[in-house]
Amino acid sequence: MSHTAEHEVHHDGGTKEIVKVTVILSVLTVVELILGFWMMGMTNEGLRLAVKGSIVILMLAKAFYIVAYFMHLKHELKNLIMTIVVPLALFIWFITAFLTDGNSFRNLRNTYDPHFKEQSTIKVEKKEAPKHEEKHETKHEGYLDETRTTH
Amino acid sequence: MSTTTTATTPKLWSGGKSPFNVEYGKLMMWYFLMSDAFTFGAFLISYGTIRFSTNGWPDPNEVFKSFPFAPEGVHAPLVFVSIMTFILIISSVTMVLAVKAGQNMDKKGVTTNLIWTIIGGIAFLSCQAWEWNHLHHEGAWWGMNPFLNADGSASSTNFTNYFFTITGFHGFHVFSGVIINIVMLIMTLTDKFEQRGHYLMIEKAGLYWHFVDLVWVFVFTCFYLI
Repeated sequence: MSHTAEHEVHHDGGTKEIVKVTVILSVLTVVELILGFWMMGMTNEGLRLAVKGSIVILMLAKAFYIVAYFMHLKHELKNLIMTIVVPLALFIWFITAFLTDGNSFRNLRNTYDPHFKEQSTIKVEKKEAPKHEEKHETKHEGYLDETRTTH
Repeated sequence: MSTTTTATTPKLWSGGKSPFNVEYGKLMMWYFLMSDAFTFGAFLISYGTIRFSTNGWPDPNEVFKSFPFAPEGVHAPLVFVSIMTFILIISSVTMVLAVKAGQNMDKKGVTTNLIWTIIGGIAFLSCQAWEWNHLHHEGAWWGMNPFLNADGSASSTNFTNYFFTITGFHGFHVFSGVIINIVMLIMTLTDKFEQRGHYLMIEKAGLYWHFVDLVWVFVFTCFYLI
């Protein structure tokens, strides 16, 4: 019995809140899609990166609304919020460290591995996708050979 | 009954009120989801690292451009995947409504909303099955990548390996979520929760289902948009 009593205290968000969060999530998704469509023909690399950055920010906003309202974390006690959110802060370091590492590996290979650099500059003519099962097997072999890079 | 709630609590906890004010199962569900978040995070960060360490990468708008029942060679990037995204968001909303109905001890509301959530989950899985099947017919699978890099150079199989591994792992989570929701539906229909006097189990299933939606937000952004 004590459960129901406790639950009534912090379940304050009503149907109104659910509708509001649904609308926010849909709007954020639509904005993401608009940015995605806008990015398609974009040639300016700097602008492209900026759009990608904004998409990531919108993604984090969506994640916040799902966790805070749908998963109800915002209305839980602060102790609970902290035990969940604080360990996840490790992700900040994971992402920074690993992406920097990947980027540095690419730069090193471009500088010291001529084969790696050359591979990425050779244009391959676009192949027709196989449409029937019969073509499948032979095509796959060809793709495998020509798509294999330095790894 | 008045203020002596401590008398009924287990012996190990003698600090009076629970510090988190949630029941044990729900707290453990939160911890499980946290560990699962690290698993997905590791996958996605690994994908990001490999992508950052490579000069070229296939353009997602060229890879994911088809649509069911559309003529061959149609160019409709982002359309199909946005439908999948909305299916998952809506099924998350119906799950919230099911949890809410459970808090009001409304058996009928729980039943209808759970059924909608299950339908949403199955619809998402069907979309994913179609997409995987379509990509496989184009010659993409683990270890096979028919798509060239965006700049026209030869690509490696990293792209397809990561795509199928991560969306497959997410799809497996959706599948288990659907199974959990079906079990919840059976328990609701057989009055298990009415006998217990509460629908707390639905809240735990709801947390899991929302997590599946949450992961899709990240997978969708990392593979289809960026």
